[in-house]
Amino acid sequence: MINIINDMLSFSFMQRALIVGILISLCASLVGVSLVLKKNSMIGDGLSHVGFGAFAIATILNVAPIEFALPIVIITSFLILRINENSKINGDALIALMSASALAIGTFTISITKGVNTDINNYLFGSVLSINNSDLILSIILSIIVIALYVLTYNKIFAITFDETFAKSIGIKVELFNVIFAVLCSIVVVLGMRIMGSLLISSLIIFPTLTAMQIVKKFKSVVITSSIISIICFVVGLTFSYILETPTGATIVIANLIVFVIFWLISLIKSNVKAK
Amino acid sequence: MNLINVKNLYLGYDNKEVIKNLSFEINEGDFICVVGQNGAGKSTLIKGILGLIKPMKGKIIYNNLNKILIGYMPQETKVDKNFPASVYEIVLSGTLNKMGLRPFYNKEEKSRALAALKALKIENLKDKNFSELSGGQRQKVLLARSLAATSKLIILDEPSNNLDYNSKKELYEELIRLNKEKELTVIMITHDLDHNNLIGNKILSLSKEKYFFGTTKDFVSEVHHDKHN
Repeated sequence: MINIINDMLSFSFMQRALIVGILISLCASLVGVSLVLKKNSMIGDGLSHVGFGAFAIATILNVAPIEFALPIVIITSFLILRINENSKINGDALIALMSASALAIGTFTISITKGVNTDINNYLFGSVLSINNSDLILSIILSIIVIALYVLTYNKIFAITFDETFAKSIGIKVELFNVIFAVLCSIVVVLGMRIMGSLLISSLIIFPTLTAMQIVKKFKSVVITSSIISIICFVVGLTFSYILETPTGATIVIANLIVFVIFWLISLIKSNVKAK
Repeated sequence: MNLINVKNLYLGYDNKEVIKNLSFEINEGDFICVVGQNGAGKSTLIKGILGLIKPMKGKIIYNNLNKILIGYMPQETKVDKNFPASVYEIVLSGTLNKMGLRPFYNKEEKSRALAALKALKIENLKDKNFSELSGGQRQKVLLARSLAATSKLIILDEPSNNLDYNSKKELYEELIRLNKEKELTVIMITHDLDHNNLIGNKILSLSKEKYFFGTTKDFVSEVHHDKHN
């Protein structure tokens, strides 16, 4: 096993994927806790599809994909936030509409552009090969920003996630925090898409929280447990995808699924024991 | 001592007035019950006092009181019962109003949270998970969070909703005790209008036709008078 890992890490693209992946897994699980608990899981999904469309257009314009997609995804996240605040609009349906449209525009653009040698699968399902050195540096900087902002605003994020009205009543600037949070989600989605692909990145956000919630019941424990689960599943998934030569994103999601089922079974057994 | 002075207040949403020309005042030590039918503007008024919506006309004047130092207790149904959080985490979040930009809780905030738990005699629940509590216990936890936010004024939005008779009675007794012993001013929206069993010293009654603000005694005689004629 150690030989395999040594072998795997002898490739510089695998080293980059490992560093970027661990950082993104951590960030994804952090924003995931609040997204899942505020019942906003679909936002991650919507943003990733918009990210796909933006990546496709960036390829055709021949500009750096992350730098191009990030502002577009951030603007979209503000839009979704607005839609969610306005109860008159059916937010769920609109996000679904936006997702499908962006996916369609991305696919359409790639397929009509001749001479572009891009495998559409890379964008949809991710690829570890796509991370170059400048992506690595950008990912490290942005991840540190996400983690630092999260830690510094952790207590306020808890208050807002638990009870937004109360948080407002004690003077927390909830609107500002929601904007910051939307930016954090956008960063996670755009960075994570390179490895996970746009179809799978939202699972990186949602799975660890749901898994952690099966066995721990305090907010801080959920945050810490989900971060650990997320990182472990990423490393295991990446390693297996190398050994089995399977798509990285899908392998990581399967690792998450297996851990989720295990935790779920543990919680079932636990509650049965309690009932007796 | 006067805490809040509401003067000719108009509140509403999208140019639709819900509260029209309402005036009353809240003094230290008051226990005011806000009653009225659905749609009469009870929750709107609370949002106005908390500063969550701006007056369309008129004024809310805060004396000797910063509005972020009001302890607010929402309806229990507005909070996710299965939210993963410990009682302590929730109560501690009440103290965020005095933290400003400082990111982490200090000793003073922690002791305020503990004092709030003690005041409601629920120290034993400190490390319990919110999702494991009974409805009555959850209400007490939310009340403790309000107490951690303030020692002056708390506003409760239908705290007895979804509570069985005993838990309701216990909660009311707790509020009366806090009001008397700790000189906590209480404003409570309530549906319970059993005239033989009214709590509090004053009543604010909202309806589409007219407003009443006065002592509980006056309210009973006036309303009974109206009803019997």
